[in-house]
Amino acid sequence: MPAVFQWIEHSWLGTSVNNSLWAFAAIESLHLLALAVIGGAVLVVDLRLLGWVFPRQTVAEVARDARPWLIGSVIGMILTGVPLMASLAFSKYYTNEAFWLKMYFFLAALLFTFTIRQRVAFGDPARANSLIGKTVGIVSVLLWSGVGIMGRGIGFY
Amino acid sequence: MAFFLHFCQWLGNTPFSTAIRESIWWYPIIESVHVLGLCLFVGLLLLWDLRLLGVTLRGVAVSEVWARLIPWISLGAVIMVMSGILLFVSDPVRFYGNVFFRIKAFGLFLALLNALAFHFGIERRLVDWDTAPETPRAAKLAGGFSIALWAIVVMTGRLVAYNWFAPLV
Repeated sequence: MPAVFQWIEHSWLGTSVNNSLWAFAAIESLHLLALAVIGGAVLVVDLRLLGWVFPRQTVAEVARDARPWLIGSVIGMILTGVPLMASLAFSKYYTNEAFWLKMYFFLAALLFTFTIRQRVAFGDPARANSLIGKTVGIVSVLLWSGVGIMGRGIGFY
Repeated sequence: MAFFLHFCQWLGNTPFSTAIRESIWWYPIIESVHVLGLCLFVGLLLLWDLRLLGVTLRGVAVSEVWARLIPWISLGAVIMVMSGILLFVSDPVRFYGNVFFRIKAFGLFLALLNALAFHFGIERRLVDWDTAPETPRAAKLAGGFSIALWAIVVMTGRLVAYNWFAPLV
C-alpha cells in the first residue's frame, strides 16, 4: 500500500498538481462546488424520506429528479478528489487519519445510497413512507455528513 | 474605507475575537458547520434554480417547489450567515484585506440583487407560468445567474484561505 501511494504521488498527475501554485486551490474550489451539488441532491431525497419536504410527491419522484445530479456530482467529486489526493498521496494523505476515515465514510455512503436507499426510494411507496424510509433518510444524512466532516478534518489533522 | 479598517481592527482586538482565533477547536468546528451548511443552503437553492431553468422537478408547480424548499434554504442561510460572521470575527483585518474575500462579498451582493430582480420582475406574473414544466426566459435568466453567482461565492470562499496577494489594506 505505501508503495502505491508513493507511486501516485510521483506520477505525472501528482507532480503536476504539487508543483503548481494554483492547481490545488483551483481544483479544491471545484471539489467544494461539487459538495454543494451532492449536498442538495442527497438532502432533498433524505428530507423527503423523513416526510419533511415535498409531501405531495412520492419519494420515487423526488429521487428520480435528484438522481442525475447525484450521479453527476459523485463523478465530479471523484474527478476533482483524485488529483487533490495524488498531489501529496504519500507524504500527507497516507498518514492522515481523517483522510482514511473520509474514505471509509465515502465507501459506506456510496454503497448505502446505491443499494439500500435506492431500493427503498424506488420500491413500495408504503415502505418508503414508513419508519424504514425515515431510518434510511437519517442513516444517509449521517454517512454523507461523515464524509464532509472528515474531509474538512484532513486540513486540520 | 478607513472606517471599515478601523472597525475591523477594533473587532479583532476584542476578547471574543481573540478567543476564537486562539482556540484550537473553535475555528475548525465553526468552519465545519459553515461547510455542512453549504450543502443545505447552496445545495437546495440549486434545486430551486434548476426548477427556474425548467431542468428538474418539472412536474411540481414552481410555487410549490418554493414553498417546500424555502424553510430549509432559510435555515441554511441562517447557519451560513451566523457561522460566516463568527469566522470573519476571528480575524477581521486579514479577511478585509483578502482579495478573494472582497470578490466573494461582491458576488453575494450581486446574488441578492438577482434574487430581488426576480422577486420584483417575473415572479409577479408567476400565476401565468406556475405549473408549466418549461419556464419563461426571464425565470431561466434569474436561475442561471443565481447558479453562476453562488458558484463564484463558493469558489472564492475557499480561496480566501490563500494569501497569494498582498493585503489590500
